[in-house]
Amino acid sequence: MGIALRHISKRFGSQVALDDVSLELERGERVALVGENGAGKSSLMNVLYGLYAADAGDIALDGAPVRIRTPADALARGIGMVHQHFTLVRTLSVAENVVLGNEPTRGGLLDLPRAIAEVQATCRRFGFELDPRARVDALTVGSQQKVEIVKALHRGVSTLILDEPTAVLTPQEADELFAVTRKLADEGLTVVLISHKLREVLSFATRIAVMRRGKKVAEVKPADATPESLAALMVGARTPPPPPPASTPGEVVVALERVTAGRLKEVSLEVRAGEVLGIAGVDGNGQRELAEVLTGLRRVEAGALRLAGEGRPLTPRQARALGVAHVPEDRLHHGIVTDFTVAENVSLGRHRLAPFAKGALIDFAGRLGRTSALLESHDVRPREPGLRMGALSGGNQQKLVVGRELDAAPKLLVAVQPTRGLDLAAVDAVRARLLDFRAKGGAVVLVSLDLDEVLALSDRVVVLYEGRVTGGFARAAFDERVLGRRMLGVRDA
Amino acid sequence: MLLALLQSVLDAAPALVFAAVGATLSERAGVVNVGVEGMMRAGAFAAAAAALVMPTPLGVLVGVAAGALVAALHATLCIHARSDQVVSGMAINLVLLALGQFLLEAAFSSPSGTPPIEQLPKWLGHSPLTWLAVVLPFVVHGAVMRTPWGLRLRAVGEKPQAVAAMGVRVTRLRFGAVVLSGGLAGLGGAQLSTAVLDRFENHMPAGLGFMAVAAMVFGRWSPLGAAGAALFFAFGNALRISLASSAPGLLEVVPKGFLLALPYALTLVVLALQPRGASRAPAALGQPYDPELR
Repeated sequence: MGIALRHISKRFGSQVALDDVSLELERGERVALVGENGAGKSSLMNVLYGLYAADAGDIALDGAPVRIRTPADALARGIGMVHQHFTLVRTLSVAENVVLGNEPTRGGLLDLPRAIAEVQATCRRFGFELDPRARVDALTVGSQQKVEIVKALHRGVSTLILDEPTAVLTPQEADELFAVTRKLADEGLTVVLISHKLREVLSFATRIAVMRRGKKVAEVKPADATPESLAALMVGARTPPPPPPASTPGEVVVALERVTAGRLKEVSLEVRAGEVLGIAGVDGNGQRELAEVLTGLRRVEAGALRLAGEGRPLTPRQARALGVAHVPEDRLHHGIVTDFTVAENVSLGRHRLAPFAKGALIDFAGRLGRTSALLESHDVRPREPGLRMGALSGGNQQKLVVGRELDAAPKLLVAVQPTRGLDLAAVDAVRARLLDFRAKGGAVVLVSLDLDEVLALSDRVVVLYEGRVTGGFARAAFDERVLGRRMLGVRDA
Repeated sequence: MLLALLQSVLDAAPALVFAAVGATLSERAGVVNVGVEGMMRAGAFAAAAAALVMPTPLGVLVGVAAGALVAALHATLCIHARSDQVVSGMAINLVLLALGQFLLEAAFSSPSGTPPIEQLPKWLGHSPLTWLAVVLPFVVHGAVMRTPWGLRLRAVGEKPQAVAAMGVRVTRLRFGAVVLSGGLAGLGGAQLSTAVLDRFENHMPAGLGFMAVAAMVFGRWSPLGAAGAALFFAFGNALRISLASSAPGLLEVVPKGFLLALPYALTLVVLALQPRGASRAPAALGQPYDPELR
C-alpha cells in the first residue's frame, strides 16, 4: 500500500501543465520522475505536496481518498518535499530553519537550546553532518541541500520528494546524497526523485516514470532502460549531437597573467582561436569574477589581461569593441529586457551602430531587417520582431541572446551557464551554436556548473577552487572523478 | 532647560515610538508600510471623536482599532490583491488626509479640529501611554526575536516559500503582522490627540508617520532599534520647540522655517550618514507571495 495520484489535471491559464496523470508510489520504493523542463514533473509533485491545487483528479493514501490542500496537510500525512530552489531562510540558523512551523517552546518562548538538541539528534540518526547553530548563508550549497532534507526528515515524513537535488552538487556530494537516501529507502522511506540526469536516475531508482508535455508516457524498470531509450521517451524523437571533432587551435585570443580580481586569485590562462575552454568549479569559486573580468564588467586588481594582442579592456563597451561577446549567467537580469520587444533586445549593445542606428536616430527598418534575419537563422520562435521579449519561452529567449552575441562577429564568446533551465531541444540548439562558432575559428570560454556540459563541449578544462586554478586538463585527460576532487580543493588523486 | 527638554521628549516621543515599532512588524513580515502616516491619522481622529462620547481610555482603544482597520485594508490590497505595496501605502495616506478633513467638516463643522476632550490622566507627571512606550519596545522585541511567532515572522519576510513549505500559512501570518502594525500606528495617533493635546487637529500627525518609517530604517528593522531611532528623532523635535521658546532672539537670526525643518533635516542627515549596507531590509520585502508562481 502507498500513495496513489489518480487522474490529476492542472492548467495554468491556457497552458496545460498536467493532463490526466496517474502515478502510484509503494512503501520503500525509489521512484524517479524524468522528463524535459515543463513536462510536468514538478507540477505533479507540487500537487501532491499541496502547493498547487489540482483542477481534476484525487489522491489516495493506502487506498483511502485524502484531501491535500496545503503543505501542512501533506506534512501531516507524512509527505515531505525538497524543492529545486531552496526554501531556506538564509539569515536564520540551521536549527531555526528546521524547526520552523513546529517550534519547541518553553513558557511561550522559543526554546532554542531544545531546538538545537532535537535537530542534532535528527542529524545523528540519519547520518548528516551539520552544525545546527550555523547560519544557512554560511553553508556550502551541498550542506544547504542537506538542511532541506533534514527539514523533511525532522517532521517524520514517510515519503520524501526530491526535486532536482543534484543540480548544484559536485559528483562526490551527489554520490553522498544518494548513498544516504538509498539507506533511508531501505529503512522504509518512499523516495521520489525528479531529475533529468538520466545516469543518476538509472543507478538510483527502482522504477522510472517518464513524462512528456504534461502526460505520463511510460513507466519502465531501470534494467530495461538505457539513457538513450529514456531520452527518446522524454522528447519523442531526438538525435543527440555528435561529440565535437578535434580542434585545431590558432593564435591566442585572450591571455590572463596572474590576474586577481575580487574572489579571483592570481589566475593565469589563455584561450586560443578555435577552441572551447571549459571552466569547472562549484558555484562561487571565482567563475563569475572570471567572466566579469573577461567582459570588462570587473576591474583587474593585479596582473595583466591581454585581449587579441591589445591592452586590457576597461569597460564593457571597450571589451565589445575588441570582439568580446557575452552570454550572461542570468538571462533575465543581464541578457535581455523582458518588457522590450524582440527587435529592441537584438539591438542592445549595438544600438548605436548600423544597421540599428542612423546618426543619432534609431534605424527602425534596419533593425527590423536584421532581427528578422536573426530569428530565421537561429530558429527563434515565433518569428515576430515586435513581440514582447518576456512572451518568448526560456529556450527561445536564450537562442536569441546567443544569436545576438554571435551576430556581432566576435573573436571571443564568454558563455556562462548557457543552457541552464532550457529544455533538451534548446540545449542542443545552443550547444550546436557554440561548437559552430568554434569551428569557424572563434574562441569560447564556457563557464558551467553542469560538469557533464563542460566535459561534452570543451577542448580543455580549467578547474577553479577558491578563486585559484587547481587543475588544467586536455580532452584526452578528462576524468569526472579527478575533476570532482579538484573542484572540492582536494589535491592528491 | 535640559530638564524641560527631556520632559518634552517624554511627551512627544511615544507617538513616534509606537508607530516605528509597529512599522517593523509589517516590514519584517515582508509588507512595505509607508501608510503609517494615514494609520496614525485614523487613530488620532477616531480616538478624539470617540472620547467625546466615552471615557478617553476607551477612546484610545477605538483609535487603535481604527489604525488596525486601515491596516487591514492595506493588507488586503497587498497580500490578497497583490497590489504594489508602496502605491497602496501612499494611497492610504492621501485618502486618510482627505477623509479626516471631510469628517471634521461633516461632523463638527470645523476645518481645524474636534472640540476639546478630557485628556488622559497623568501618572507620575506623564500619560500612561508614555510609560507604555517605555515598556512596549522590549515586549515587541522579545516577541519578534524569542517566540515561535517571531521566528515565523522573520522567516516570512526573508523567504515566504520556506514558511509555506513548512506548513505555515503565509497570507495569514502577513495579514496579522500588518494589522498589528496598524494598531500600533493608531495607538501612536491616539497618543497625539489624547495625551499631547486634548483634541484632534487637522494637521495631525504632521509627517510623524513618515519619520516613524525613517526611524524603522535607521533602527535596522529591529523593534528596539526603531524605538531608539524614534527617541532620537523625538529629541530633535523637542530641541526645536525648546530652542524656539527659550531663545526667542534666535528667531531673528534663523528663519522660522529652518527651525521647523530641523527634525526632518536631522532625519535626512542621519539616514545619509548611515554606513553603506548597514541596514539590510528583509529579503522578500515588497514582494507579493504567489504560491503558484512559476
